[in-house]
Amino acid sequence: MSGTFVGMPAFPVAAKEAVGNPTLRGNLRHATHTIRAKRAKAVEEVSDWAELREAGKRIKDHTLRHLDRYLVQLEESVRAAGGTVHWAADADEANRIVTRLVQETGESEVVKVKSMATQEIGLNEALEAAGIRAYETDLAELIVQLGKDRPSHILVPAIHRNRGEIRDIFRAEMSEWGRPAPDGLTDTPAELAEAARLHLREKFLRAKVGVSGANFMVAETGTLVVVESEGNGRMCLTLPETLISVVGIEKTVPTWRDLEVFLQTLPRSSTAERMNPYTSTWTGTTDGDGPRVFHLVLLDNGRTDTLADEVGRQALRCIRCSACLNVCPVYERAGGHAYGSVYPGPIGAILSPQLRGTGSEIDASLPYASSLCGACYEVCPVAIDIPEVLVHLRERVVQGGPVVREGNRVVLKPAKGHAAERAAMRAAGWAFGRPGALRAGQRVASRSRRWHPRTLPGPGRAWSGTRELPAVPAEPFRDWWQRTQDGKGDAK
Amino acid sequence: MRVALFLTCVNDTLYPDTGRAVVKLLTRLGVEVDFPMAQTCCGQAHYNTGYRHQAEPLARHFSDVFGGYDAIVTPSGSCGAMVRELYPRMGERARAEGRGDGLATTLAPVVPKTYELTEFLVDVLGVTDVGAYYPHTVTYHPTCHGLRSLGLGGRPYQLLKAVKGLELKELPGAEECCGFGGTFAVKNSDVSAAMGADKVRNAASTGAEVLCAADNSCLMHIGGTMARLSTGMRPVHIAEILASTEEEPAV
Repeated sequence: MSGTFVGMPAFPVAAKEAVGNPTLRGNLRHATHTIRAKRAKAVEEVSDWAELREAGKRIKDHTLRHLDRYLVQLEESVRAAGGTVHWAADADEANRIVTRLVQETGESEVVKVKSMATQEIGLNEALEAAGIRAYETDLAELIVQLGKDRPSHILVPAIHRNRGEIRDIFRAEMSEWGRPAPDGLTDTPAELAEAARLHLREKFLRAKVGVSGANFMVAETGTLVVVESEGNGRMCLTLPETLISVVGIEKTVPTWRDLEVFLQTLPRSSTAERMNPYTSTWTGTTDGDGPRVFHLVLLDNGRTDTLADEVGRQALRCIRCSACLNVCPVYERAGGHAYGSVYPGPIGAILSPQLRGTGSEIDASLPYASSLCGACYEVCPVAIDIPEVLVHLRERVVQGGPVVREGNRVVLKPAKGHAAERAAMRAAGWAFGRPGALRAGQRVASRSRRWHPRTLPGPGRAWSGTRELPAVPAEPFRDWWQRTQDGKGDAK
Repeated sequence: MRVALFLTCVNDTLYPDTGRAVVKLLTRLGVEVDFPMAQTCCGQAHYNTGYRHQAEPLARHFSDVFGGYDAIVTPSGSCGAMVRELYPRMGERARAEGRGDGLATTLAPVVPKTYELTEFLVDVLGVTDVGAYYPHTVTYHPTCHGLRSLGLGGRPYQLLKAVKGLELKELPGAEECCGFGGTFAVKNSDVSAAMGADKVRNAASTGAEVLCAADNSCLMHIGGTMARLSTGMRPVHIAEILASTEEEPAV
């Protein structure tokens, strides 16, 4: 993934700052609770939601199992429709391809549809290094870009900002990028939207090159699909002469018919809408309509490696609805930036360490960024068992083991920093394997209870800093049982 | 019916009152309860922290100890979920790793016979009024594993509503995690504490005297936070409420 997150500290350190920031906490709490409640209502309306969820899961699993076949079919369909297909093994290759394609048009600026894939590879930074300016046109992405900020949510990248902050950003930054903010701009939603509309319209009408991602790619026809709320994406898809779409290979579906499922589950799960306002589809090029030139860059960047993991591969079913973020109690407190990835929240905690590997401090800490409450699994419209994958990745972090990286089987060593925990787990495992040892330990704890400290040293301090410790009782249960109910139990 | 109490290592060591309450309650309902002394731990802490291979001998031990009973009752939603949901998965993983069906076969007998307490009362014994008396205002926190892994649903509420003298207050944000999450409480202490504080504030807003749940691990975290925030509320395990009677009321 993008190099922009290299050097991020581990999740608990990054989260601490957000937890202590009342404005951020307030913004996140308000936004996630609002959309969470709306989503629940939108889903309740659909009588066959469980069946749709199962169908989505099956379509995705089937496609992933035969991805090699469907990708070849997709490539043939796109070519037949007049497009050109490029294959990118990693972020660098994808960035090189897109940069070259833009340079070949002779242009030095592009307009962009909101796209997770291009954020994942750090395309804007790569284009900038080549002297090409990329303008984000999604309203929230515009706010993030103008604010020299990072997105903190998959669907609502500026979720961490309130209206006052957005007004200040528009006033201070718009003029640097194009049309300045109107004089006397206030923080009312209508005025903010109008300022963005005026600013963006100039860019839409001027741009010769558009860059997009896609929510789905239909193998049978070579059609790409973008689902959005604002219509800005449709402007980028239809006005420029050249359109370059960068899409992760897992976004493939076999047929148009399969879209029927996702075009129901995605909008309800993401924005709580029955149907999203704009669904744009494009198939190659057509004379007299839309872009003259169409390029599709198919991005791997760790996806094939992820596909090789039989537990973790389910993360590739993700349709980027972000329902898991909105319902996650950890995301709500820690915010999206703490995850150190363009994919924050529960899905980010399982996707990023798979796409990037668990080598960095932040990636090794992400599988632990969850209380395993299961709310994410419950809301996931393609039934990704996120807690299962989190625990699976924890195992990878503490135990190491075989994984596939860049197509090769390698054996990972256990991550550093878990030695004390490993020893404690081993000791606990030893005692729990021997009821006599457990009982002896309980008795020592009970009999020494008057001398127990009120605060704990070492890692335990993290507990006693905010919570009282439970008092150890005078007698463990098993002693009471033997004393009072002796003979009833199986006393072996 | 031979019923075994699987108390869990946390309850055995730190919350023996819950164990005594379960024994008292089930005995009152005519169930003969055994406490197999060889029981230790289901292995959940190991499994969830990433030490699946170290959880396997504990799961085998659990099956050895409890395999001969008709029903295994536990006053812990999360330990119940470990057996019911994760033991089969451990068996599948062992098979996928080319280690054969041994683990799956060993663990299979205990999986369908393990019940969380409220589930056992409502589904197996078929009672919702257990003849309890508890003259206090109570709010109920449905713990995550009880709620989502075991699907306890309305069972605990049915049981609490039938308790004489008990006034049940609805908990705002009831289905949100309290922030315990086992080792999460230590590894991500700041986030965990923030979640706990929100849970306690929501509980305090109900004006109830008691916050009750079906899992002492969550209650340990919530209760520890309550004490630090000086709310005046008490955490109480649901078994202790259901065991309380007019003749022998719990405080």
